[in-house]
Amino acid sequence: MTRLAVPKTYKLYIGGKFPRSESGRVYAVATPGGDFLANAAQASRKDARDAVVAARSAFAGWSRATPYNRGQVLYRIAELLEGRRAQFVEEIVQSEGVSASAAGRQVDEAVDRWVWYAGWADKYAQVAGNANPVSGPYFNISVPEPTGVVAIIAPQSGGSLLGLVSAVAPALVSGNTVVVVADETRPLSAITLGEVLATSDVPGGVVNILTGSPAEMAPWLASHADVNAIDLLGAGDLDWVHLEIDAAETLTRVLQPESGADAAAPSLARILAFTETKTVWHTKGLL
Amino acid sequence: MSFLDYAPAPESQALLHLRPEYGLFIDGEFVAGRGEPFQTINPATEKQLAMIAHADAADVDTAVAAARRAFERRWSTLSGSDRGKYLFRIARLVQERARELAVAETLDNGKPITESRDVDIPLVAAWFFYYAGWADKLDHAGLGVNPAARGVAAQVIPWNFPLLMLAWKIAPALAAGNTVVLKPAETTSLTALLFAEILQQAELPAGVVNIVTGGRETGQALVGHSGINLVAFTGSTGAGRAIARAVAGTDKKIILELGGKAANIVFDDAPIDQAIEGIVNGIFFNQGHVCCAGSRLLVQESIHDEVVDRLKQRLSTLRLGDPLDKNTDIGAINSADQLKRITELSAIGEDEGAERWSPDCDLPESGFWFRPTIFTNVSTSHRIARDEVFGPVLSVLTFRTPEEAIAKANNTPYGLSAGIWSDKGSRVLAVADRLRAGVIWANTFNRFDPASPFGGYKESGYGREGGRHGLAAYLQPAGSAAVAAARHAVAVDADHAVKPSAARKKATK
Repeated sequence: MTRLAVPKTYKLYIGGKFPRSESGRVYAVATPGGDFLANAAQASRKDARDAVVAARSAFAGWSRATPYNRGQVLYRIAELLEGRRAQFVEEIVQSEGVSASAAGRQVDEAVDRWVWYAGWADKYAQVAGNANPVSGPYFNISVPEPTGVVAIIAPQSGGSLLGLVSAVAPALVSGNTVVVVADETRPLSAITLGEVLATSDVPGGVVNILTGSPAEMAPWLASHADVNAIDLLGAGDLDWVHLEIDAAETLTRVLQPESGADAAAPSLARILAFTETKTVWHTKGLL
Repeated sequence: MSFLDYAPAPESQALLHLRPEYGLFIDGEFVAGRGEPFQTINPATEKQLAMIAHADAADVDTAVAAARRAFERRWSTLSGSDRGKYLFRIARLVQERARELAVAETLDNGKPITESRDVDIPLVAAWFFYYAGWADKLDHAGLGVNPAARGVAAQVIPWNFPLLMLAWKIAPALAAGNTVVLKPAETTSLTALLFAEILQQAELPAGVVNIVTGGRETGQALVGHSGINLVAFTGSTGAGRAIARAVAGTDKKIILELGGKAANIVFDDAPIDQAIEGIVNGIFFNQGHVCCAGSRLLVQESIHDEVVDRLKQRLSTLRLGDPLDKNTDIGAINSADQLKRITELSAIGEDEGAERWSPDCDLPESGFWFRPTIFTNVSTSHRIARDEVFGPVLSVLTFRTPEEAIAKANNTPYGLSAGIWSDKGSRVLAVADRLRAGVIWANTFNRFDPASPFGGYKESGYGREGGRHGLAAYLQPAGSAAVAAARHAVAVDADHAVKPSAARKKATK
């Protein structure tokens, strides 16, 4: 006798909770062969705005956590992702149609990417900042700080888990909070990653994951006045030039789309793209 | 004659020999512009100083082409040390002609000669000297070995620190190996053109720096030009937005230094004498025509009355008048347009219920002048507490706790600068951490140095000028130049396709 399986309901991940879309909409997620896998929530612009509110609320706590603490939290994600490796492999095999070994390699790489970025949390400021030898009796130092709320359009092709992690992890290193629109047609590993985040030590709201149509949500995120930066990494097939024009309205920082094998390759530049350099002067007294 | 009255002490104009008219500086030569020449006036007298050529779109084309030729054939083939030597030459020539440049700056801008002589021009020389030394050390700029120049830089600068802003733009651009087309502000072109003469004396290769004078449409033609690789702009947030929109979808690098509404926070334990001087310097330096001016004074409630009284006393001793006079503290407002804006916003301040105060001082009969002004009883919703006035107008607000001070300081779409006055080091550092602004001055204000990065958060723009960060903005990692060149070739083949290919690659911007 075979046991009847218990399928999972895939929902959004906003503010540390798993709500359905306020719009009530879902869309069918299928294998490359067209077989039904699950219904994913089709997030609306209201969901996107709620996610920005959640990200903004989480910013103060996350950005002011010590770098050592942020590094450990990011490393903890790697630990939990590793522990749920089999589940991710299964979802990737089903939704991407790749072999189990290829899916395994993708999960391993995603784990390693969290580990690599985790290690930067308490180092990037040393590399990107410096003391400035000004001509006068002043202590003067420049340090990078997080930009704020970062919206991300995750890659819409290639590895669905690795693409998302490659964009989200570097933004988190410095203390930004994130609203990410997942791979539209292959969103399952993104939502399962949300479950990993929810059970690791990442505070609610630091990462918010939306599934649905990037074309529908991206304009609202690009023009949102409380979004400080937008990573158009996976927006290459959208009208991303207009998204960049929308972003200009509030001087939102923009990273343009990338594609190809080395898209969003691990780099310090990806961390620094979502930082602001703060320079502090202080007088030195006369002794 | 009271003890506050001094005999006039005007700086001599004898060492300045202005030509009646100035051309555009393109490919190493002064040439006529195709547009209608316009006059540049002394804002303290409204008298004409010289006629300035007006560059139209065709002139901008010529300048960009000259910069491209100079980049490909000459400047990019020079060694870093030779580029550095040219910059050292320029620094020395600026020092040698410093007084002449200071007099010209004061005549054209209206700022007191003490500021142009002791702040602007010395910093111009310092900026070139600092970046000169970087030119052969680019491997240490933070982008890995052999970073590449970006190409032709389009630079548009404002009228508040005309020659200093030119130095902020040109020095790092040339050190990094770029060539330049620069547009000075319409009302303050003069020192940029004197600077062009310095470039001739320095024998800088033709086309490495080109200066196109003109109005807004000249600037638009420049930043929208397809032949440039980078836009560096200092000016209003509105204009910065337009530039960001104009270059959207391209791989042009942008550096924007835009507006500000800086909070200057004074705690009750602040060293009060220094704080009063710092507040005055923060908002009345350069007639308040400073993007990072401390225009919102946040003073702890318990010392509000004392601070305001002391400020009023201090302002009563400031001397407003002839900018060339060495005793002048407050010079002329740069233009009739700017005076109108300051006048309007101040009137709105009164209408909204804030209390206006200015010292009793005579204004000269001709020229553009505005008395230093303090508004008390200002609330955070008032226009004068939110809008950048860009004039000698201070809004005073109060707070009770550090948390309230931080919240009020950050309650603005801008994020350029801020000041903190307190004798308690731990408090200064904690507050500095929480302020969302790119430059924080603690127990000082309005300090600038070529080694120190400057630039804003949020709607005050992006990118940094000054220091290693300011250099890096004009560079790209090794290899990315080849990628960009290949992409440029594709784009030209596609005859400027409206939507750039989805296959484009870009690591950082």
